[in-house]
Amino acid sequence: MTTLRGLGQLTRMEIKLYFREFFAVFFNLGFPLIMLFLFGSIYGNTPNPFFGGYGSVDVLTPAYLAMLIGTSGLLTMTISISTYRELGVLRRYKATPLSPQTLLFAQLLAVFLMLVLGVVLLLVCAKLVFHLRFNGSALSVTGAFLLSSLSFFSLGFVLAGLMPSARSAQAAAMIIYFPMLFLSGAAIPREVLPATVRQVAKVLPMTHVVNLLRGLWVGDPWGKHLTEVLVLAVVAAVGLVVAVKTFRWE
Amino acid sequence: MPPKAVVEIEHLKKAYGDVRAVDDVSFQVFEGEIFGFVGPNGAGKTTTIECAEGLRRPDSGRVRMLGLDPQADGRKLKERLGIQLQETSLPQRMKVGEALALFASFYPKSVDRPTLLKQMGLEDKEGAYFDKLSGGQKQRLFIALAMINDPELIVLDELTTGLDPQSRRSMWDLVRGVRDRGRTVVLITHFMEEAERLCDRVAIIDGGRLRALDTPSNLIRSLSAENRVVFTAEASPKIDGLSSLPGASRVERTNDRFVVHGSSQRLVVEVVNFLDANDIPFRDLRTEQASLEDVFLALTGHEMRN
Repeated sequence: MTTLRGLGQLTRMEIKLYFREFFAVFFNLGFPLIMLFLFGSIYGNTPNPFFGGYGSVDVLTPAYLAMLIGTSGLLTMTISISTYRELGVLRRYKATPLSPQTLLFAQLLAVFLMLVLGVVLLLVCAKLVFHLRFNGSALSVTGAFLLSSLSFFSLGFVLAGLMPSARSAQAAAMIIYFPMLFLSGAAIPREVLPATVRQVAKVLPMTHVVNLLRGLWVGDPWGKHLTEVLVLAVVAAVGLVVAVKTFRWE
Repeated sequence: MPPKAVVEIEHLKKAYGDVRAVDDVSFQVFEGEIFGFVGPNGAGKTTTIECAEGLRRPDSGRVRMLGLDPQADGRKLKERLGIQLQETSLPQRMKVGEALALFASFYPKSVDRPTLLKQMGLEDKEGAYFDKLSGGQKQRLFIALAMINDPELIVLDELTTGLDPQSRRSMWDLVRGVRDRGRTVVLITHFMEEAERLCDRVAIIDGGRLRALDTPSNLIRSLSAENRVVFTAEASPKIDGLSSLPGASRVERTNDRFVVHGSSQRLVVEVVNFLDANDIPFRDLRTEQASLEDVFLALTGHEMRN
């Protein structure tokens, strides 16, 4: 009983703390909306053969989901775990009856719930303002979203574990996140990127998230995206193993 | 009835690489006492206690806290234990009241929070963010968190570091109050005066080993310690006669500052009579009793402050 109560209270607290951090709120909730309204108002959402008969917003929205997953997993998760470790917050929690698993799960759950809030905001705005089209299966897209989140959250834990300080973890997260954001097609549609960039971007996990979500969004069968699924599953599995091995409380 | 041991540590060892942080330490803490654990920084105090709390895994040795094995029954133990750690923090934007409510939710039972805030002098800080608190307020908040579950055993690591003299005294009263309610307190400190004034028994640890364990007064007596008479006087040939006083064992002199050592209770009378009889003007005369600091020095051959 106390475990569940503790988990609930800690998750609630983490969400409250999240709303007190301007940068967290801005990057997770505000930035994708700014992108949506900016590009949506420039290009509109009329069907276009350049995007296979879909509008800009139809193509950008699933890509922005990938961006949101990357922000939560790589930036928020890495920074919060490494900062809590450096300040000794994890140590203080560890001196309570709360189990270590509960403590980490609460952090994860709070970040994930904020990610879901970001997704809901984005989808509602895209639908209401730009008449977003969706031809896939909600279940498939949710499944792909969960798999992608798992692999990026485990990457966040790996970075927090490998980097010696909060400062270096934050720097590493930024260095990985920002180029990935622009090269993977998460911020700019891959159609406008040069062919060589698109080729190089195949090594980035976020590229596979973008391609998987965009594909399933317009109704592709899973069979068309086995490479993406395989890559993300391997990243998640390896990431989890490394995260468990490198995790430190202090 | 023999006193009940709430902490039992036998042959505890813990090394970090080549450094033997804790080297075969054994002791017991009994129910209802304030037990002091003193020694310089890096002596192994914190490592010993963190092994006892289950926060670190010892290399070898047996640990029982409240009859429980901290490794196997960590959760049950922590429900009954209050811990104040060094070098911890809370999230910067967490409020004082929120922290207490959150930590209370981790335990099956908790104390009345407004009363606790008042005891800690934090009643008007309930809505303050953690990062806006002063060092002393943070320290008091951590002590409050250590007491939130009304623990049977409370372990305070450097209780009064960073506190002003007034809050230091009020923390000492608070610790005595906890003991008077039948709880047990383990106090880690490098502040000898605190150990001497507050603790029923004191363990002295240095270089990972237990050097002595007894009541502060027994420890001081065991030194067969000398008293000192300290005063300032102009140097004169006549003053050399001090060392031939029957009660004096030794005289130290730094410029015009004299320290006469001796174990006689009449030492101060002898010194004053001598100075008066020889017409030697003196000022700032006082006597000094041996303290726990002297015990430490005698046992380890070096001072507390490195």
